[in-house]
Order: sequence, then structure tokens, then C-alpha cells
Amino acid sequence: MVQFALNHAWLVPLLPALAFVIIVFLTRPWPRVSSTVSIAAIFSSFVLASSIAYGVFTNPGFIEKPLEYSLRWFGMEGFTVKVGVLLDPTSTMMLFMVSMVAALIQIYSTGYMEGDPQYSVFFSYLSLFAASMLGLVISSNLLQMFVMWELVGLCSFLLIGFYTFKISAREAAKKAFMTTRIGDFGMLLGLLFLQIIFGTLDLTELAQRVPAFEQFGISLGLLTLIAILVFIGPIGKSGQFPLHVWLPDAMEGPTPVSALIHAATMVVAGVYLVGRTLFLFAEVPGAMEVVAFIGAFTALFAATIALTQREIKRILAYSTVSQLGYMMLALGVGSLSAGMFHLWTHAFFKALMFLGAGSVLHALHNKADVWDMGGLIKKMPITGWTFVIGGLAIAGIPPFAGFWSKDEILAVTLQYATHGHSLGYVLFFMATFTAFLTAFYMWRMIFLTFFGKEKPENHPHESPRSMTFPLIVLAGFATLGGLIGTPWANYWSKWIHFGQPHHGEPSIGLMLLSVFLGVAGIGLAYIFYYKDEEKLRVKQLAERYQTLYKISFNKYYVDELYLWFTRTVVDAGAKVLYWFDIHVVDGIIDGMAGFTKVSGRGLRYLQTGKLQTYALVFFLAVLVITVVLAFGNPTSAGILGGGK
Amino acid sequence: MNVPVLTLTLLAPIIAALIIVFIPKEEDKLCKWVAALGTGVALALSLYVYFGYDQSVGGLQWVDFGGPVPWIRDLGVTYYMAVDGLSLPMLLLTNLIGFAAVFASWNVTLRVKELMIYLLVLIAGVMGTFIAQDLFIFLLFYEVVVIPIYIMVIIWGSSKRVTKEYAGMKLTIYLLIGSAFLLVGVIATFVQSVAITGTPDMSFEGLARVDFPEQFQIYMFGLMLLGFGSLLSMWPFHSWSPDGYAGAPTAVSMIHAGVLKKIGGYGLIRVAIFVLPLGAKFWAPYIAVLGVIGVAYAAMGALAQKDLKYVVGYSSVSHMGYVLLGVASLGVVGVNGAVANMFAHGVMSALFFSMIGFIYERTHTRWIPDMGGLSHQAPRLSVGFMMAAMASLGLPGLISFIPEFTIFVESFRVFGWLAVLAIAGIIITALYVLRAGANTLFGPAREEYNHVRDLRGPEMVPLVLLGGVLVIGGILPSLLFDMVNSGVAPILVHIQEALQIGGR
Repeated sequence: MVQFALNHAWLVPLLPALAFVIIVFLTRPWPRVSSTVSIAAIFSSFVLASSIAYGVFTNPGFIEKPLEYSLRWFGMEGFTVKVGVLLDPTSTMMLFMVSMVAALIQIYSTGYMEGDPQYSVFFSYLSLFAASMLGLVISSNLLQMFVMWELVGLCSFLLIGFYTFKISAREAAKKAFMTTRIGDFGMLLGLLFLQIIFGTLDLTELAQRVPAFEQFGISLGLLTLIAILVFIGPIGKSGQFPLHVWLPDAMEGPTPVSALIHAATMVVAGVYLVGRTLFLFAEVPGAMEVVAFIGAFTALFAATIALTQREIKRILAYSTVSQLGYMMLALGVGSLSAGMFHLWTHAFFKALMFLGAGSVLHALHNKADVWDMGGLIKKMPITGWTFVIGGLAIAGIPPFAGFWSKDEILAVTLQYATHGHSLGYVLFFMATFTAFLTAFYMWRMIFLTFFGKEKPENHPHESPRSMTFPLIVLAGFATLGGLIGTPWANYWSKWIHFGQPHHGEPSIGLMLLSVFLGVAGIGLAYIFYYKDEEKLRVKQLAERYQTLYKISFNKYYVDELYLWFTRTVVDAGAKVLYWFDIHVVDGIIDGMAGFTKVSGRGLRYLQTGKLQTYALVFFLAVLVITVVLAFGNPTSAGILGGGK
Repeated sequence: MNVPVLTLTLLAPIIAALIIVFIPKEEDKLCKWVAALGTGVALALSLYVYFGYDQSVGGLQWVDFGGPVPWIRDLGVTYYMAVDGLSLPMLLLTNLIGFAAVFASWNVTLRVKELMIYLLVLIAGVMGTFIAQDLFIFLLFYEVVVIPIYIMVIIWGSSKRVTKEYAGMKLTIYLLIGSAFLLVGVIATFVQSVAITGTPDMSFEGLARVDFPEQFQIYMFGLMLLGFGSLLSMWPFHSWSPDGYAGAPTAVSMIHAGVLKKIGGYGLIRVAIFVLPLGAKFWAPYIAVLGVIGVAYAAMGALAQKDLKYVVGYSSVSHMGYVLLGVASLGVVGVNGAVANMFAHGVMSALFFSMIGFIYERTHTRWIPDMGGLSHQAPRLSVGFMMAAMASLGLPGLISFIPEFTIFVESFRVFGWLAVLAIAGIIITALYVLRAGANTLFGPAREEYNHVRDLRGPEMVPLVLLGGVLVIGGILPSLLFDMVNSGVAPILVHIQEALQIGGR
């Protein structure tokens, strides 16, 4: 079984892709059949992925020598592209995580989407989404990866805009596609550079050639530019500042989709891509600093926005942006293992919380404002307590999963700082402050939603088992998933690392700091939003610092700025050009036609049919000829046939 | 090969047209089915030829009657029908779109008999240009297509910004002016070739063997560039394209945008570059600049449009800019990309126009602000529309991504930062395509369109056929690229040789 799985790893993305085709062409009229096909496919993928994981992680050889096979996709002289499979611990971990989370979300969706007229279509999209993401993960070639990357983008476009009757969903879908497209443009340029300079987009070949970039006749400056261009793709995809604006709007899709986008697919694709091309970034310290700084800045920036948001899914969305910043930070300071570790733990607790939020919305009939909720934990114990686990994990309370991965990131950032990068201290400060904010705003949401007084107008009820089962499984992983990477027994960084495995001494001081920040955040939220039943203190604060509150609540007006730019600058430019096209370019052509018309009207008098006119012309012509013959030179007379 | 398969392919629509002549006017359905049969046979034959072509051998194959049949001896004109890797994708494209165009016109009720006859003549004319290996015959077929286009636009057309008579006239005049320049260039080239070699030969191969002086090549290439360029809607000779497509009936828009304008690109490679390589080398940077301007300029133009057909009209100008850029690179990868992109754009724009045609039939509007939520009433139509839109913005997994990518690779290598402007076009393209697509199809259902009926029966043919090609070509690009490469590579080898001799 394990050997079969290793040699047929391409089946992992192919099965959900087949499910998509089957649903679209065959089973669409029967919702239950469609969802069964879809879940059967993703579950089979999960089983295969688990076997692959077993095969890879029990065999230390895979770390040094990944399993790779490929075949020719298309080619011509000087440009050949192969598609294939590249299995190493990193991609294996991703296969396992993505297929598992996707399977759980599909099971959850059978409950959440029940009765939706587009039920089958929804499952077909989910299958395609999973297929594209799994395809991205196993890609052995950057072009292949880019294809899957764009398909992931297409699926998120379709799923965010799934409720086609909503204008807001349509706008959010367009926004997501456009914003990530801008990132893709940069990435495309980066890929073109790599192809032209190194003659390949194959990951393994690139990893061998890029370190010897000077032999290919390029400078460090150009390589830095290339790395930054490639990084623009992940900025768009992983919702990093300044292309983060689409991600919070992505919650317009059905909640299982938000969970999928935020946890297992789409956004982590950018982080994964940076991890995959770390051999490029590692050569250029300048680009690494950019990655690290953008990551840390995004983490802090999004956290300050999350502080004041009111909608439950929006708070979670900004927390995703913030957590993705952490992952980028880790990669930027050079630690693949810390970045991937946080990606892994985040996938579980974020999927858990999004699905939990979906369960709440399901119960409250899509009432989304946390201030209208309260005391839900009594009526919805499973949703509530699993959500609390997620909250503890993201706040960084041991032994929950998020603690270990966040601690790892803080540790590598501090290490980066102490190894001669003064920027590292700034990054470390930003990361620790964000940790405090995270604990605070997450627990603000939890206290407002699940604790405190019940609202009489709400009639919540616990969700069906199809929805609570995935919550329980995810809660298990959110609790225990970090234990494979504790500083005392760090299996994680033994498997997944770039360059030399990370040998950090367990730093008790750092852990204490990390725990303190988490507890302080939760404590502050407890004082403000639980103890203070009327929430007077926070209202006063919001009143007193009105400007700050508004800036945060309105997301620093970044969205407005972009909207203004598109509507005013781009569209006006288009209108001006169009005017130019009609009146100048076309005007010249029409002018030429007009000239022909006018000259035709003038020349018409040559053929009036009036004998007198002809006679006059004839007479004048004879006169001219006579004059020419009399005074002209002999050669010009030659045209009249006058000979030599 | 005893059966002249290419001639038969060419004759299939003509015979169908002749049969329709004898069908009574009232028998609309019968006319349509005969037209479908004729184009269907042509499609089947061209598929047979495409997959029967031996790429490992390459060169001209499926030569009818064993070789060139002398026709006008004094001018060296021969009836010479054969195909290579450059002709075959275009031949296949013509018949794919021709077949689909018949079904896209399925609901026409006005003068069906005449429409079908003109359509079939048009298809045959376009096909002829791609399989003729003789310059004279090539031009002959090229002129054949002008007449039906004009008549079809002014009778079956519809327009808003300008009258359909204006649109038809503009389209025709442009074609004619283009061909006038072309004709001058062709005649001069021919006369010069006779002066050099002493024997008249009108075949592409024969002309390509002649060693024209460099200065002469530059002038002649310039003339041909004007002719082929304006047919390919090269900036600033593009303004016929949006008006023309908007005014034309669906079938004409499909064929014109889909294949007819590709005669420009095909001619540029097959005639201008192949015969006049030194001229090509001189003009290449200018072509690249015009191509890049075209990409960016037309993409912005498309952004300002509110009429669906104008959006696609400008978008097709923009896409042809990529083709020009690929051609101008004069490298195997870029020219391969250009030819493949012509194929890809043909399929995609034909699908686009057929879907817009169906929408217009049902809603009587193409005005984007007046539409919305059509996916509720017509899901299949929406799928077709979205597929065309996604192919238009170069979504990987559909046919147009790899051609664009190959063009980018080569042009970025050759032209550097100039190409970046063209690559940035993908952002603007995404913006206008998504706006057109999402604003037409998504959003709340509108009551006034509750009567809108989804595609069914024969109307499904364009969607299934062209949509299928979009997907297959996207997943298996080598089906197209290996073929194109077998045709393009020898031409570029020839150019390299000529350039080396010329550069002595």
C-alpha cells in the first residue's frame, strides 16, 4: 500500500478532479450522490496521503533525496516543461494536512449546505478546489505550480461568489481575483526571469543552479529583484500587506469555503510557495529582509484592525491575515521549519474556528455581529468548547498547538536578531506585541459570543452531528498537533528544514514571555468583555479615542483608497483613451474617407456629361500641349509620343 | 495519396452552398441542416488530416494531385494545395468555428437561405487561404471572403454606436485597402523574383528561395506589414475591429474574429517573413512596439466599454498585440506561441461571440449595465460565457495560457522591459473580462429576464465543441504545440540561414 501510494502520488489530486468531472456531467441532479462522490474521492486522497506520509516519515532518506518523477508536458527547442511529482517531507506534510482538512470541511458541508438548491455545484467546486491545491502541493515544476495556483484562484473566485444572488458576493469574488491577479503578475515576471536565465522552472534543477547564479551571468541585485518579484505572488495569495484587502471580503462565500480558503487552501499556497523557493530567497539577504518585514508588519497591522471589528467572520479573517504574517516572518528569517510548523498548527485551529463560526451563524440564521450574541456556550456546548480550544491555541497557551509554533517563530526571530541582524529586534518586538493583541481580540470575540448574558431574541441550538464531528476532530489536532515540534523533542524540524536543521536550545525565558503575553491578552479581554457586563469601559475607550477607533474599524481606509484608484484613475484613463480612439485614431481614418468623398465630389465635374465642358477641357488641353511642345525640352515631350 | 483530401475539404462547404441554392426559401430548417452537414464534413476531414499528418517527417504533406498543377504558366501560378504544421492548426480552426457558427445562427429567421450560402462561401474562402501554397491562389481566396462579409453585415448585422452600414463599410474598406497594399508588394516581389531567377514561380517555396536585395526586402515587407497588419488589427489600424464586430451578425463576428483576421498573422509568417527575412529583421522591433501598444491600448479601450461586443472587439485587438509581439521575436519559442495563440484566441473569441449572440437574441440588449444575474435563468449559457472569459484572461488550464506564456518567455528575452508592458496587460484584461462576465451573469436575478431560456438542442454545439477544445488544449498543450512547432521550426531555420548570408 505504501509503495503503491508513493508511486501513484498523482492520484491524490486526480481523484478529487475526477469527482468534479463526475458531478458536473453525471450526478448533478442528485445532491446526496454528488456529495458522496465528492467525499469518497477526498477521503481516498486522504488515505493515500496518509500512506505517503507513513512512507516518507519512516524513511529518513527522503529528507536528503526527495522522490521525484515527471513526464514531458510540452516542449520545443529551448523551452521544455515537465509535469511531475516531488515528494519530500514538506510536500508530504501538506498533502496530509490539506486532504484531511478538506475532507472534514466536506463532511461539515453536508450539514451546513443542506437544502441549498446549488448543493451539487457546491460540492463540485469543493472537489476542484481540493484537487488544485493538492496539485499545487505535489508540483515538481514552478510552471505546473503556477497553473494550479491560478486554478486555486479560480475556485476561490467561484466559491466566494457562490451566492450569486448577492451583489456583495459578486463584488468580493471579483476583488479576490483581481487582487491576487496583481500578485500573479509580479510572480509571472519572476518566473520568466528564472526561465530565461536558468533555462528551467524545475524545482530541483533550479535549486542546483540558483546558488551558482554568478555563472549564469547575473548580479546579486538582479537575483534580489527576481526573488522580490516572485514574492509578490505570495503577497497577493497569502493576503499580505498591501494586497490583503481581498481576504476579509472572502467571507462572502458560504462558511465552509471561508474555512477552506483560510486554513487549508488558497492562502497557505503563498506561504508554501515561498517555502518551496527558499533556495532562491536564501541567496539574497535583501529579499529575505523584505519577506520578514512584510510578514511582521502584516501580522501587526491586521491585528490592530481585528481589535474593533464586529462581525465574527471578519475578526477571524483579519486574524488569518495576521497569522499568515507570522509564517512569512518565520520564512523571512530563514526558518522553513518554523514557518511550516505554524502553517500546520494554524490550519487546524483556524479551520476549527471558522467551522465553529459557521455553526454559530447556522444557529442564529446568519446574524453575524458579535455584539448581538452572548452566552451561546450553554445551548451549543460542542461548538462553544471546541471554539475555546481554538482560542487557547491561537492565543499561545500551552500545551495547545499554536503555542509551540508561535514560540518557535519568536525563537528563530530572536536568533536572527542576535546573529547580527539589527532589524531582527524590531521584528521580534512586532511579533511579541502582535501575540498580545491576538490573545486579546480573539478572546474579546469569544467572551462576547459564547459567554455573558444570553440574548432573548436568539434561539440557538446545537448543530447536527455532521457539523460537530469535524469540530471535534479538529479540536483534537488543535490540542495535540503541536507536540511533534516541542523544543525538547523536535521531530518536526528534523523532518522539515532548509539547510541545517534548527538546533535551538529550549528557552524557558522566551516561553514564559510568550505565555505571559497570551494570558495578559486573555485577561484584559476578560476584564473588558466579561466582568464588565455593560461593557462601559470599552465604550468609553472607543469614545475617547474616536479617531483611532475609526481608523481601525475602517481598516486604515486601504480598501477605499484602492477603490478610488480603480474607479477614478484607471477608469478615467480608460475613458480618455477610448475618446482618443474614437476621435483621433478613428477620426483620422474617417477624415481620410471624408477627404475621398470631398475630392470625389470635386472630381465629379470632370464627368458632367455636358458637351460644352468637355469641349472647353479639350481646347485647354491642346493649348497646354502646344505650349509644352513649343517651350519644353525634348525628353518631356517624349511622353506625348513625340519620339526622341 | 490519390484522393485530393484538401480539395475535398474545401469543396464540402461549397457543395453544400450549391445544394442550398436549390432548396426552396421557406425550408429554413433544411438549409441549416445542409449547411451543418457541409461544415461538419469539412471539420471531420480536417481532423482526419490533422491527426494523419506525420510530424516526424514534417514539411508539406497531403499534397493534392501529387504536386503543383500548372494553371497560368506565364505567371508561374499553380494549383498547389498542401499543409504543414503552420497551415493545419489554422485549417482545423476554420472548420471548428465554421461548424459552430452554423449552430450559433440556428435561431436566425431572416433570409436563412441566403445567410447560409454566404456563410459557406465565407468559410470556404478562409479555408482556401490556409491550404494554398501558391501566393496567387492565396490572394484569390483572400479576396473571395470580402464580398460575403460586407453583405452579411449590412443585412443581418445590428449595431448601436454606429450604423451597421457604417460598420460593414468600414470592415470592407479596411480589408480592401489592406489587400491593395499587399497586392503592390506581392506584384513587385514577383516581378523582382522573375528578374533574378528568370523563371516565374508563385509558390511560397519558390519565392523563399530567391535572394532579394536587402533594401528591396525592407520596402516590400513594409507594404505587406501594412496589409497583413491592418487585417490583424495592428495598432493604429485596428479601429475597424470593435465597430465591425459589434455590427456584424454572430456568425460573421465568430468567423472574422476567430479565423479571418488570423490570415493576417498567418500571412505575416508564411509570406512576409518566409519570403523576405531581411525585411522581417528590419521591421521586427517596430512590430514589437506596435504590438505592445496594441495590447495596452486596446485593453484600456475594452475597460471603457459597456457593450459586450465592444468589450470582446477591443479585447481581440489586445490579444492580437500578443501575437504580433510573438511574431516580432523571430525566435522559435515566440513564433510558436504566436501561432498557438492565434488558434487559442480563435476558439475563445468564437465561443465568446456565440454566447453573446445567444444572450442578445434573448434579452435584446448587450448593454452591460442593463444586465445581471443571468446565471439564474441560463446556467449553461453562463458556463460558456465564463469559460470564454476565463480563457480570455489567460487562465491556466484553458487553451490560451501556454501560448501567452511562451510569447512572454521569448519576447521578454528579446525585448526586455518593453515586453513587461504587454505582460502587465494581463491585469487590465482580468479587470474588464471579470467586470463583463460577473456583471452580466452574477448578482440577483432580474425579473425582466425570467423568460430567458437556457441553451438547448443544437444551440449546445458551440458551447460543447469550442468549450471542449478550450479545455483539451489547456490540459494537453502538446497536441497543438508539437504541430505548430513542426511547421514553424523549419521556417525559422530558413530565416536564420538567410540572415547569415545577408549579414555576410
